[in-house]
Amino acid sequence: MTDNLIRVDNLTMHFPLTRGVLANLFAREKKFVRAVDGVSFTIRKGEVLGLVGESGSGKTTTGRLILKLLEPTSGEVFYRGRAISSFSGKEMEGLREKMQVIFQDPYASLSPRMSIGKAISHPLRIHGLADGTLARDMTLTIMEKVGLTPASFLYRKYPHQVSGGQRQRVVIARALVTSPDFVVADEPIAMADVSVRSMILELMVRLKEEFDLTYLFITHDLATCKYICDHIAIMYLGRIVEIGPLQEVFRNPVHPYTATLLDAVPVPDPRFRRTLPMPRGEIPSPIDPPPGCSFHPRCSYAVEACRIQDPPLVDTGGEHSVACPVRTGRT
Amino acid sequence: MNPGDTILKIQDLHVEFPINIGTVRAVQGVNLELKKGEVMGLVGESGCGKSTLGFSILRLLRPPGRIAGGSIVYRGQDIVKMGRKDLLALRGSKIAMIFQDPLTSLNPLCSIGEHFVETLTTHERSIGRREALERSGKMLESLGIACDRLREYPHQMSGGMRQRIMIGLALIMNPDLLIADEPTTALDVVVEAQFLDLLGDLKNRFNLTIILITHNLGNVAQLADRITVMYGGAMAEVAPAGSLFDRPLHPYTRGLLASIPNIKLDQPKLMTMPGSPPDLVNPPGGCVFHPRCPLSIDLCPTQRPPVFSLDGHLVSCWLYRDSS
Repeated sequence: MTDNLIRVDNLTMHFPLTRGVLANLFAREKKFVRAVDGVSFTIRKGEVLGLVGESGSGKTTTGRLILKLLEPTSGEVFYRGRAISSFSGKEMEGLREKMQVIFQDPYASLSPRMSIGKAISHPLRIHGLADGTLARDMTLTIMEKVGLTPASFLYRKYPHQVSGGQRQRVVIARALVTSPDFVVADEPIAMADVSVRSMILELMVRLKEEFDLTYLFITHDLATCKYICDHIAIMYLGRIVEIGPLQEVFRNPVHPYTATLLDAVPVPDPRFRRTLPMPRGEIPSPIDPPPGCSFHPRCSYAVEACRIQDPPLVDTGGEHSVACPVRTGRT
Repeated sequence: MNPGDTILKIQDLHVEFPINIGTVRAVQGVNLELKKGEVMGLVGESGCGKSTLGFSILRLLRPPGRIAGGSIVYRGQDIVKMGRKDLLALRGSKIAMIFQDPLTSLNPLCSIGEHFVETLTTHERSIGRREALERSGKMLESLGIACDRLREYPHQMSGGMRQRIMIGLALIMNPDLLIADEPTTALDVVVEAQFLDLLGDLKNRFNLTIILITHNLGNVAQLADRITVMYGGAMAEVAPAGSLFDRPLHPYTRGLLASIPNIKLDQPKLMTMPGSPPDLVNPPGGCVFHPRCPLSIDLCPTQRPPVFSLDGHLVSCWLYRDSS
C-alpha cells in the first residue's frame, strides 16, 4: 500500500479544433488545443496540492481529467495505485463517492429549483447511502459542520434566499456529504468577496483536518495558496514548469515564470515595489504553442537551446522539480 | 488649474434603485473631494456602492437607478443638475471611464480604428478621418501596441491588449479625470501587473486625475495617493494610502486589511470577519457595519455615525467621537 492517494502520469488532453466541413477537407493537418500536455504529479494522503496558473494554462482541465469528467488523449490517473481507466461503470460510481468536486461559481453549480437541504442530500440518494430521515439527519449534521446554521431553518431555503458565502458553503457541504477522501476544489473562492474568501479558506482548512481530506486546490492566486497548500505546481500552457513544497518554491523560485508570477501578485503594502520587470506580452495560444520551452518568447534568460528543446522537469533536490535547464545549470 | 486644486467635490450623495421589493439604497450620503493630479482608490466589497458612485459621476446610472440627493460639483458645475447637452460635452472629453470587461465594452463589428474615429469625430466635428487615424495610431504606440493593429477587430486581440485599447479610447480626448471601474478584474495576474504599471506611467504623461475603483486593496496600494473605503453604501474611512495601511482606524478597514492574503508577509492565518455584507433594501439601523463589528458600542445600532477627522483620516465610526 502506497501513501500516494492520487498519481497522475503523463496526462495529456488535446481538444480537436472543430472547423467547417470544407476547411476540414482541405486542411493538411488537424489542429488541436493542447490544453494539458504531459502532466505528472502525485498527491499523498492528507496533502493539499495547489495547481496554479493563469487562464488557459490547463489547470481546470487537469482537475476534470482526474475526476474522469473528461477522457484524456493519453496518460493515466491512478487512485490508490489503481488506474481509473480500468474502473468499470459500476466501480466508477463508487469512486465518485470518494472523489468530489467544488466548482468556482456557487451560483451556477446549484439548481435554483432545489432547496438547500435537497441539494446537499442529493448525492446520498444518488449513491444509495441514505434516504428519508437518515439522509435528513446526515444533511443537517454536515450543514452544522460547514457553518450553515441554523441548519433546520436553512434546510428549506432556496439558493437565491442565501448569501454568496452561504452558497459556497452549500456546495462544500454537498461535496463532503458522501465522506469523500479526495476533493478537487476548482477556484473555490475566486467569486467570493474578500471578507468571505478568508472565511471559506479557513473552513476548508478546518474540514480537511476534521474529515482527513486530500485536496487538489486549483487557483490563479498564489497568495491564497500560502494558507492552505503543502505543495504547489505551477502550470504554463498545459505543462508543469515547477513543482515542490510550498515554502521551498516561495522562498526559492527557480523557473523564471514562477518568479514572475510570484512578483506579479498585488501586495497590500504601499511601500512595496516589484523587483522584476514584468515580461512583455501574454500567455500564447495553446493551439500553436511556441516550439521548445513554451515560455521562451517571454523569458529574459532564454538561450538558443530553449527555442529548440523541450525542457524536461528535473529534480533539483528536496522534492523540488523545475523545467528550466538554464536556471538549474543543466545546459 | 494648479495641482492640488479641487476638481471634483461630491457632497451628501444619495443613489437609490427602486425595485419591486423596496428601495435599494446603494449610496447613502457619501462625501468625497478629489484634487487635480491625485489617484483616489475607491475600495470595497461587491454591493458596497463603489461602482454606483463611479457611474453617478458621469450620470450613467441605469434606470431605475437615480440620484436621490446631493451634489457632484466638477470645476464649479453641478453634474447632478446638468442638462443633456452639457453632459454629452462632459462625458468622454473631460471625464472618461473604463470598465471591468473590455470585451463587452468594445463593438465586435467595428475595427479598433473605427472605435477611435468615432470617439474623436463625436467630440471634434472638424477633425478629418485621416487625422483621426493618425492621432489614434500615435495613441496606440504610446500604449505599446503597433499602430497597424488599428485595422484589426477586438476578437483578434488578447485580453490585456483590449484593456489597453479601452484606456487609449478613454485618453484620446485628453480628459482630466479618468474613472477606472475594476479595470484589471478580467485580467490575469501578470497582465494585471503590466496594466497597473502602464496606468501609473500614463498618469504622469497625461497629467491625469484617477478614480480607481477596485475590490483589491493590493491593486491600489502602490498606485493610489488616497484611499476611500466604502461599506454598505456609505463611506467608512478616507486616508492617505500609506497611513491607511499602517494605521487603519475604522474596524471594517482593519478587518478588510487583516483578511487579505499578503504573499510577502509571514502571517500564518487570515483573520475572518463574521457575517456578510448588509441587505441594502433593509439596511441595519445606525452604523451599517455594527452587526459585524467586534467593537460596537450602544450608540452604534441606533445612530448613524458622522465623519470624524483624526490624524489625516476621515472616519465614520463612533469610536472616535471624542477625538475631533
